[in-house]
Amino acid sequence: MLELRRQFLKGGLSAALLTPLLGTGLLTPTRVLAADWNRPAFTARNVGDALKAYGSANAAESRDILINAPEIAENGAKVEIEITSNIANTRSLAVFADKNPMPLCSSIEFSSPVLPYLREQLKLSETTRIRVVAKTAEGKFHVAFREIKVTLGGCGG
Amino acid sequence: MGEQIKIRAQNQGEITDIRILMQHPMETGQRKDDKGQIFPAQFIQTFSVSLNGKVIIDGQLNTSVSKNPLFTFKARGIKSGDKLSVAWTDNTGDKRQDEITVS
Repeated sequence: MLELRRQFLKGGLSAALLTPLLGTGLLTPTRVLAADWNRPAFTARNVGDALKAYGSANAAESRDILINAPEIAENGAKVEIEITSNIANTRSLAVFADKNPMPLCSSIEFSSPVLPYLREQLKLSETTRIRVVAKTAEGKFHVAFREIKVTLGGCGG
Repeated sequence: MGEQIKIRAQNQGEITDIRILMQHPMETGQRKDDKGQIFPAQFIQTFSVSLNGKVIIDGQLNTSVSKNPLFTFKARGIKSGDKLSVAWTDNTGDKRQDEITVS
């Protein structure tokens, strides 16, 4: 397995040969480390339940999480948000859209040398409050809010 | 087997911008076709970014991330010759992994 991976890294294997191997998981040792998808948090139907399932119901509001997003989004199918956490030892950033059918949009963990920064695009079903939850290495949760007005909802599109 | 993941690493002084485009429909499971049939949900649930084989970003996504998810991250101290790889898995079990060497 290791030998195969080394060859893969060298680009020594053709795509045709790799395709079936990828399916077996033989060439993806990194994925073993990945945490399972947090089903209870992602499928929660309201933001209270989602926050509870995520574990951050008691997060303290912080001004050190900066959210850059449009005030008005014409197309809810693609709303770009940019997040920077200035909280020391931020280890993960989770984004919730309060009014979405399933509020938790993404949860991303970082480790050194990655900075606690994220830019992504979300579907927003209607005008909503966005909340970003930062978790620190010490296990503390912080939260910041931002209101985004949506002209055309993006959940059906 | 999804389409190729596009990975770009651009040095801005000490900090490198890592841009990742995962080509994927990110179907919510709420859309219907002309006949009222629902398009089944198909979306990336987990992805990871590795630097020289070590996982540095571990992400979990919902259907509410836009089609063809595009992410930008920032990292310090990435050098030319480093290997960046990205792998995702969707809810149907489909997977994709791609790697670049930072120039």
